[in-house]
Amino acid sequence: MLAQNVQVAQNIGFGIIAAVMIASALKVVTSSNVVHAALALVAVLAGAAAQYLLLAAEFVAVTQILVYVGAVMVLFLFGVMLTRAKLGRDADLNNKNAKVGIPVALLMLGVMVYVLIDGWHATKLPQDGGQVELKNVSDSIFVPYLLPFWALSFVLLAAVIGAIVLARKD
Amino acid sequence: MLVNNFLLLGAVLFCIGVYGVIARKNAVMVLMSIELILNSVNLNLLAFNQLWAKDNPGHVDGNTFALYIIAIAAAEVGVGLAMVLLIFRNRKSISLDELSEMKG
Repeated sequence: MLAQNVQVAQNIGFGIIAAVMIASALKVVTSSNVVHAALALVAVLAGAAAQYLLLAAEFVAVTQILVYVGAVMVLFLFGVMLTRAKLGRDADLNNKNAKVGIPVALLMLGVMVYVLIDGWHATKLPQDGGQVELKNVSDSIFVPYLLPFWALSFVLLAAVIGAIVLARKD
Repeated sequence: MLVNNFLLLGAVLFCIGVYGVIARKNAVMVLMSIELILNSVNLNLLAFNQLWAKDNPGHVDGNTFALYIIAIAAAEVGVGLAMVLLIFRNRKSISLDELSEMKG
C-alpha cells in the first residue's frame, strides 16, 4: 500500500541520479579544465537519459544517448582539440565579473522553485499508465507535426551546409 | 512520484546552465552550458507529457517536441562549433570578451 503510493524504488533512483546530475552540472560550469568539464557534461547527459527512462520515454532516452553522448560530445571534444585549449588546468576560462552570474542564477532559481511548488506541490505522475509506445510517437511526428518535421530537416540541411561553409579553409 | 521532482530538477539544471553562460569566457564552455539548458527543457517536456497522457492516452506530443529539440540542439552545436573554429582561426583566441567589434 505504502510502497504502491510512494513508489520507493523510483524515488530512490530519481534522487541518486538527480544528485549525480546536479553535481556534474556544477562541475561543468565551475571546472577549470575543459576536458574535465566535457566529461562531466557526459555524466549530466547520461543522467538525463536515465530520467527519461523513469518518465517512460524509452525512445527519447535512446536518442539522447545516441545523439548527445555519441555525437555531440565527440563534436565538443573536436572543438576543444581544434581550438588548442590547454589540456591541463586553465585559469582563464571565466569572465572577469563571473560572480555576477551567481545572484542572477539564484534569483531565477528562487522564482522558478516558488512558482513550481506553488503550482504543482501535490500533483503526482500517473502510477502505471502513460506507457509511451513508439507507434504513437511516429504517428505524432508524421501526422500532426509533419510540418515542423519538414522544417527541421531543412534546418539540419542548412546547418550542415553552413558548418561546412564556415569551417572551410580557402 | 511527484511531477515536481522532475520540474525542480529541470529548474536547477536550467539555472546552472544560465550561470555557465554568464560566467564562462571560453566559447566552447558557453556552448556546453547551453546544452545543459536545452536538456532541462526536455526534462520538463517529458514530465508534462506523462502528466498529460493520464487523461489523453496515446498522445505523446511531449516526446515529439523533445525529439525535435534534440535535433535542433545537434544542429546548433554543429554551427556553433564551426563559428568557434572560424573565430579561432582569425584571432587565435576564443575568448568571448575580446569580440567587441560590434560595440557602439
